[in-house]
Amino acid sequence: MSKFQRGSSDTEPEFTTASLPDIVFMLLIFFMVSTVMREQNIKVRTQLPQAEALTKIDQKRLISKIHIGPLKKGENEGQTAIQIDDALIENRRAIRNIMYNKLQEQPKLIASLKVDQESEMEIVNEVQQELREAGALRINYSSNREGPPGGNN
Amino acid sequence: MAGLLDQRREDRDEAEIPTAGMADIAFLLLIFFLVTTTINVDTGIGMTLPPKLDPNQKPPPVKERNLFKILVNAQGDLLIEEEPASIGQLRRRVKAHVTNYGENPDLAVSPDKAVISIKTDAQTPYDTYVEVLDEVWMAYREIWDSIARSGQTPQGDDVGLDQTYSSYQEYYNTLDPGDDNKIRDAFGAQISIAEPDTGE
Repeated sequence: MSKFQRGSSDTEPEFTTASLPDIVFMLLIFFMVSTVMREQNIKVRTQLPQAEALTKIDQKRLISKIHIGPLKKGENEGQTAIQIDDALIENRRAIRNIMYNKLQEQPKLIASLKVDQESEMEIVNEVQQELREAGALRINYSSNREGPPGGNN
Repeated sequence: MAGLLDQRREDRDEAEIPTAGMADIAFLLLIFFLVTTTINVDTGIGMTLPPKLDPNQKPPPVKERNLFKILVNAQGDLLIEEEPASIGQLRRRVKAHVTNYGENPDLAVSPDKAVISIKTDAQTPYDTYVEVLDEVWMAYREIWDSIARSGQTPQGDDVGLDQTYSSYQEYYNTLDPGDDNKIRDAFGAQISIAEPDTGE
């Protein structure tokens, strides 16, 4: 009985929460570093096709995205357009110069073609011819895994 | 005066920044980044375009029997080796073509000589094209899977794998960048995207 008395007179037991901020900060820093803010404002709608024989591109640095699809808004809404980086390509002949310059910076460049599934092959062929002119021969037809309906990215 | 100040300082507790709210702030930021982070890996069908054609140089001749022609028209209908066909047959026929090893005189002589050629019309829908390309790749994938499982090519040659794998993907994952892909070296895929018609 007396032992009980002594125990209850002690200060209340508590978890040490002193290192909690450290743990949280560590997680925070991890997520801050791994987060890639979407730097591009995509002006064309690209509903990607679905495929089975997919390969992953692990090295994000090598990728250069080319978006092909109908314009989301503006006076020419619905018209098929090409977007590289932030800019819509007005003159398709300009693609070879853009891609050539990119290839000089990154010789192992992979051109990731994000093409809307309702596009026609004409524009894809045209872009491919431009890529050949530029010498950017590694391409990737971006597609989603078969199954759930594809995201819009 | 100085003595009085010293006295006061000694009486006071040491000044501290309250850090109790720190964890809350950090949690808030953490949740923000958790929500905004999207870890998306780019996936797609990889291809290598042929280099630019030299107008003075003719493309290398490919024997008719080695060439497996797939034509896709504007409606998305298929023509395989000059016969109308459905996309469901494509995988089986590609496999039959590349694993022929000279048996059937109409099909390829050997896998490394076989060329799959895909030609599209200007109005072909892109998703049909990807579907066709996917089927052709899947035909090769299935062959590679069987090589990975048995360690042998369909003809029975040893590929030289250290062990067998349950699938080609599993073998592929063990490769470091720069390593030789023994399966693809033994059984390569030649898929050609035909030159679009220039309207001549």
